[in-house]
Amino acid sequence: MGLQKRKAIYVEYAQAVPLKYAIDADNCIYFQKGKCGACKKLCPAEAIDFEQKEETITINAGAIIFSSGFNPLNPADLDLYQYNDRPNVITSMEMERILSASGPTGGHLVRLSDKKEPKKIAWLQCVGSRDMNRCGNLYCSSVCCMYAIKEAVIAKEHSEEGLDCAIFYMDIRTPGKEFEKFYNNAKEKEGVRFIKSRIHSIEHVVNTDDLKVRYLDEDNNLQGEIFDMIVLSVGMETPKDIVKLSQKLGIELSKGNFCKTSTFNPLETSIEGILVSGAFGGPKDIPQSVVYASGAACAAGEILNSARNTLTKTVEPVPETNVIGERPSIGVFVCKCGSNIAGVVDVSKVVEYAAKLPFVDYAAENIYSCSQDNQDGMAQLIKEKGLNRVVVAACTPKTHEPLFQETLISAGLNKYLFEMANIRNHNSWVHKDSPELATLKAMDLVRMAVEKISIAKPLSEAELEVNQNAMIIGGGVAGISAALGLANQGYDTYLIEKSGELGGEAKKIFKSANNENIQKELLSLIEAAQNNNKLHIRLNSSIVNVEGFVGNFKTVIASDNKEESIEHGVSVIATGGTALKPTEYLYGEDKRIITSLDLDKKFINNDNSLKGLKSAVFIQCVGSREPNRPYCSGVCCTHSITNALELKKINPDMNIFILYRDIRTYGEKEYLYHQAREAGIIFIRYLASDKPNIKIENGKISVTVQDTSLNQYLEMEADLVTLASAIVANKDQKLAKFFKIQVNEDGFYIEKHAKLGPCEFATDGVFLCGLAHYPKPIDESIAHGKGAAAKALTLLAKKKIRTSGTIADVEPLKCSSCGVCVSICPYSAPSFIPDDARFFAGKAQINPVLCKGCGLCVASCRSGALRLKGFDNDQIFAQINAAFEEAA
Amino acid sequence: MSKDIIGSVVVVGGGIAGMRSALDLANSGYYVYLVEKSSSIGGVMSQLDKTFPTNDCAM
Repeated sequence: MGLQKRKAIYVEYAQAVPLKYAIDADNCIYFQKGKCGACKKLCPAEAIDFEQKEETITINAGAIIFSSGFNPLNPADLDLYQYNDRPNVITSMEMERILSASGPTGGHLVRLSDKKEPKKIAWLQCVGSRDMNRCGNLYCSSVCCMYAIKEAVIAKEHSEEGLDCAIFYMDIRTPGKEFEKFYNNAKEKEGVRFIKSRIHSIEHVVNTDDLKVRYLDEDNNLQGEIFDMIVLSVGMETPKDIVKLSQKLGIELSKGNFCKTSTFNPLETSIEGILVSGAFGGPKDIPQSVVYASGAACAAGEILNSARNTLTKTVEPVPETNVIGERPSIGVFVCKCGSNIAGVVDVSKVVEYAAKLPFVDYAAENIYSCSQDNQDGMAQLIKEKGLNRVVVAACTPKTHEPLFQETLISAGLNKYLFEMANIRNHNSWVHKDSPELATLKAMDLVRMAVEKISIAKPLSEAELEVNQNAMIIGGGVAGISAALGLANQGYDTYLIEKSGELGGEAKKIFKSANNENIQKELLSLIEAAQNNNKLHIRLNSSIVNVEGFVGNFKTVIASDNKEESIEHGVSVIATGGTALKPTEYLYGEDKRIITSLDLDKKFINNDNSLKGLKSAVFIQCVGSREPNRPYCSGVCCTHSITNALELKKINPDMNIFILYRDIRTYGEKEYLYHQAREAGIIFIRYLASDKPNIKIENGKISVTVQDTSLNQYLEMEADLVTLASAIVANKDQKLAKFFKIQVNEDGFYIEKHAKLGPCEFATDGVFLCGLAHYPKPIDESIAHGKGAAAKALTLLAKKKIRTSGTIADVEPLKCSSCGVCVSICPYSAPSFIPDDARFFAGKAQINPVLCKGCGLCVASCRSGALRLKGFDNDQIFAQINAAFEEAA
Repeated sequence: MSKDIIGSVVVVGGGIAGMRSALDLANSGYYVYLVEKSSSIGGVMSQLDKTFPTNDCAM
């Protein structure tokens, strides 16, 4: 980003994948002047090749997924913000680097002009978004409010002397899961200041490096405040080369230059066979990108199903050598990791030392142990020398253990006869200044690993067939999309719906934000489901019982008083949500006071009563963003605006007021907001502390609201009041218990990982999509359904799953049946052997499929009856004893 | 028709979305070409510090 100097040969960052250096040809002396070549002479791996040329490769493929992403907007052209002139005006991406421990300042919060810690920082929102005049980007970039709040909170944590953070905004848009809570917390507990404003200018404060933000406050008064540093919350833009490429290929783009998609086909571009995911399909945050990415994978699979497994190769398994009863014969490989280790540790000394350790029959050093030729060499040596255990002294097992284990497997050795000694992260990186001691420590670490592995036993992994059927619970758009995704790829899929018809909440919605007719599109989706012979629909059905686990579920459903037992390998939870029935604003007392879905119903039925309306009022956040329901329902702002525009179509002279707290038309939905204002719809902001008031007098409804920008109360007559009521979860504790899945405070299911696992649960084999996860519009629900299908499919495609070898094991003779392990295990792996069993009735047993090898039960067993395979007590003690021996 | 179908997919872009699509397809029986213009994969996410809500390191 230019915050720090970079050499002409570089890796992008320390954890880059692949972790390989590249030459920056623009700044390389050899490429610019034809001389130098020092790198070529010095590189011990002879990896420098100046002759590499750009080549054109032609690939024949069945489908293409465009996930070309976005560029953070460059604010250099926006004079207002003085990004070019003032070093203390930075972008949010630069702020990320400054806050990062691996960034240019080592994680110390300093401003760029004088490297002093700032005491006051301002974030300016919507830089390059929602701004037609300065940059031509009318859309909202969706992610900036949330990242600015995150940066402000983290900056406060970094600050040693106390930091004042102010966020200047138009609307705070935090519609994502758990976002609103984070916003409230930042405001109320962390003391981040939120200032609703429009930026007028930035002035340099004379004789300092400080900056004055001049802004118009809500009452349109010009204000000014001085800050040490300004962070520009820059928006997203589709890279220019991608715009050009799209035009060349004929991929239709939206107004904002994102890929154009439709509500019911959110993953398809205008060209058949080309799919879209990530921010190219519109501004998205990380979890959204992940959802759409998995969804696009599913959509590609649906197109290519007949050619599945035709181009992939299967590796022939190498038969495993039986080493039980053999004398240990250990090979030790010490890695130089280029100069990462060898620059500090005397590697040849360590090798020499290792060779003398008991049972070590071979010891050698490598420049890079992880390189392919060294892997091949290692496999060869294992076979030649008859090694039956391997120690690699190198980097961290977290990233490299699986690689070395693969090498063991390819040489016919059990993969648990492997141990890593981390002499890089735990040694050479942290003891740079004391190479001699570091060499001794490397010896210690190697000795410990050798002692541990010499008494290790081969472990076996249980293999389990994966039942090839799928079950989807919930027949709304998310559930149908998931079911079709799996059925179209050849899997028998059971779609369980509790009501008498498919379609869920979408049945009640009139139009999408893109003016599409939902009912028409929904009908064809339902027909596709009904006409698919792999998709088995069960209506009026409920789940009675669930047994089993990943790969082998057995679910009993009851339909019309008949019970049916279905075996399936994967389960998708798509149980949806529903609209809250309001308890305020006189709802239910007058038929002119209705909810958004009631209004949709009138549109769908072409209700004549709408034609005579002269005025309509919409009230937002009814039941959302309240103390007892603190989340934002995400869809209501867009929904109300869509419906308000529909009313305007019926009667262009109708007076329409939308009473809101923040308008949250995120992404390209912002165009709709813009359109509504142009159509003369009036938006009035109210405060949660002073909500609108409705009264009915002489048959007339009047709404009173305090307009925060005029600071006075307005009273308006309304022929129709529409309440944008919250989306609430269909809470189902029974289902949660059946599948061992969790529900959050708001009643929505908790996904495996908020960022990286939005389509699956922590429980293996159970997947999640749609409103059951969190409120979302139809396009996002469909993408989520497809995403869950893609994740389920990766499991089904394996056909067999292997359990880990490092799991807990019970010695039943020692077990006292106390039940601590049963109650403490977060994965429900231990249970009691049934009373009618022939052996060890009432003692504990471990289900190897459910056990994650965390060791919680082992540590808590008071009888010493539990052990963790691969981490047996004698192994741990051998390692500890070895730690206190003296290196030679 | 099915004769002409090729069981491979080109994924353009190696950011979080591209990597996810590529992995899911590779794990379900398709050959995947992941095309990235820079020298490493990871995209914009790899430049971020911490991510909400767990404040996990973005790397």
